[in-house]
Amino acid sequence: MPSTPARLLAIAALIAVAGCAKKAPPELPPPPPSPAAEPAPTPPPPPPPTAQNGPRPGSRAEFIAQAGSDRVYFALDSQDLDSDARATLDAQAQWLAKYPNVRATIEGHCDERGTREYNLALGDRRANAAKNYLVGKGIDAGRLSTISYGKERPTALGSDEAAWQQNRRAVTVVPE
Amino acid sequence: MNPETPMPRLKSLLLLVLATLAAPAAAQLRVDVSGGISQPMPIAIPDMPPRVAMQTPAGETTALGRQIAKIVSDDLKGSGLFRPVASPPPVSLTQMDAPDYPTWANTGAQALVQGFVQANGDGTIFVGCYLYDVFAQTELARQGFTLRPEQWRRGAHKCADEVYARLTGEGPYFDSRVVYVSETGPKNNRIKRLAIMDQDGANHRFLTNGQSLVLTPRFAPNQQTIVYMSFQNDRPRVYVYDVGSGRQRLVVDQPNMTFAPRFSPDGHWIVFSMSVANNTDIYRVAASGGRPERLTTSPSIDTAPSYSPDGSKIVFESDRSGGQQIYVMNADGSNQQRISFGSGRYATPVWSPKGDLIAFTKMDGNFRIGTMSPGGGNEKVLTNSWQDEGPSWSPNGRVIMFFRSAQGSGKADLWSVDLTGVNERRIPTPLDGSDPAWGPILP
Repeated sequence: MPSTPARLLAIAALIAVAGCAKKAPPELPPPPPSPAAEPAPTPPPPPPPTAQNGPRPGSRAEFIAQAGSDRVYFALDSQDLDSDARATLDAQAQWLAKYPNVRATIEGHCDERGTREYNLALGDRRANAAKNYLVGKGIDAGRLSTISYGKERPTALGSDEAAWQQNRRAVTVVPE
Repeated sequence: MNPETPMPRLKSLLLLVLATLAAPAAAQLRVDVSGGISQPMPIAIPDMPPRVAMQTPAGETTALGRQIAKIVSDDLKGSGLFRPVASPPPVSLTQMDAPDYPTWANTGAQALVQGFVQANGDGTIFVGCYLYDVFAQTELARQGFTLRPEQWRRGAHKCADEVYARLTGEGPYFDSRVVYVSETGPKNNRIKRLAIMDQDGANHRFLTNGQSLVLTPRFAPNQQTIVYMSFQNDRPRVYVYDVGSGRQRLVVDQPNMTFAPRFSPDGHWIVFSMSVANNTDIYRVAASGGRPERLTTSPSIDTAPSYSPDGSKIVFESDRSGGQQIYVMNADGSNQQRISFGSGRYATPVWSPKGDLIAFTKMDGNFRIGTMSPGGGNEKVLTNSWQDEGPSWSPNGRVIMFFRSAQGSGKADLWSVDLTGVNERRIPTPLDGSDPAWGPILP
């Protein structure tokens, strides 16, 4: 895969986007609603902000609202944090610093275009990359656990680069 | 035997193997397994008459004889090396050791498999199996199998194995089982269960209930235990499952992620990957438990280990060169050498039980199944689809089972292919399937 010209172009485009000054993550739609019933690794969408006050302080909804996103994205076969990812994690760290009693689990995920075992390891690298960054920003490592789902829990369901970009992610999950 | 221990279910299945007569040395009837231009061998497999028509717990003996002949026929046809002739004429008991050769020659068959079924007084079933060379008019093999009624299909597989082995010169593989991951549900929340079945899909049984995500099951050599990875309690780790009792046990009791497990050929070790401080290396641990011993130390992803059949070496994949490639090392971790140098990335290497080849997933555009020599080189790509992954060898090292995922839906199912790259077949499963692991030939 990585050697096809189209893929290289896509990567180059990603890098170019990442190098740009401010945000504009490559057209990321909002996370789809999580499936009902079964324990899904990705959090359900935040409860609707009730009435006038906005999300409850210390809640997942507030975390997502204030950090901008609960997730960061990775290039193909990479665990490197680009400037967008670091900006998101900076904001996550600020929120986590406000609520020192809140614990978080960081999930690492991969796209489907890798073998199962390797993707478990790669997802682990991604979760740890996010965790280590947060620790570097002063969050106590004891509050942060990691889990890799490899390619087992995609969030975007397609088999194309747009879907794979969304699936190569680390998601910081705080309690609802 | 300790009365607390459930009797191993598989050990006592074949109570008796009656007689194996050496085939005449002059017989030259042979199936070409080289994958060349040769056609499948025409073979006649008539219904197996009962010694006495009577009821058994497995059904009436006349019907059993018909079903057993059908399974022998399906096994041999499924290998791609045989072509059962249509509607073979019936045979009588008196013809068992005196075949009507001219009749069989007229059908075009070069080989004849006939047999009979007998209900024993103790409730067991006896299957007699005879193989003849139609043109040389010689007997090539005969065997008999005594089986518990619920295991009657194994009589057919053992008979087919005898024929296959005698005519190909390869080892048997039909009387074997597969453990795999049964899948259902939406792509973003697949329900995965361990399941076990005969190599032809019969006798399917679920082992886990799907509450925890499970991946990559592999048999122990004794087939009484299965090592696999489970996300139980949201901690992805390696467990051992006891087929007899249904109990499972954590292999390495610590919080790190452990995955990609596989038994050593003698069953004494489990080799696996463990992530420690953001680095995945290969470890081994005694199958009975204990302290894991680290075998690789590179700051890369080292995973998917698989022992050589003599246990002296381990093949694995590593991205230490920048992308996934295949390496071989000694079983103690020394002398790590890269063996894959073709285009693309290489993953999930599995050593053939014959020792002569390593099967792998090659990622170069599509994901394809291929083989290469253990020293590298002699690379051969066997399949070509959107995503073929996770090869596993038949017990005789002739056939590779793998799983094929569909673009878009992500639905996966099990397939097999001959190591010559022909005879690609889908393996029937009740739901979707992935991560197949083919067990050894049953005792």
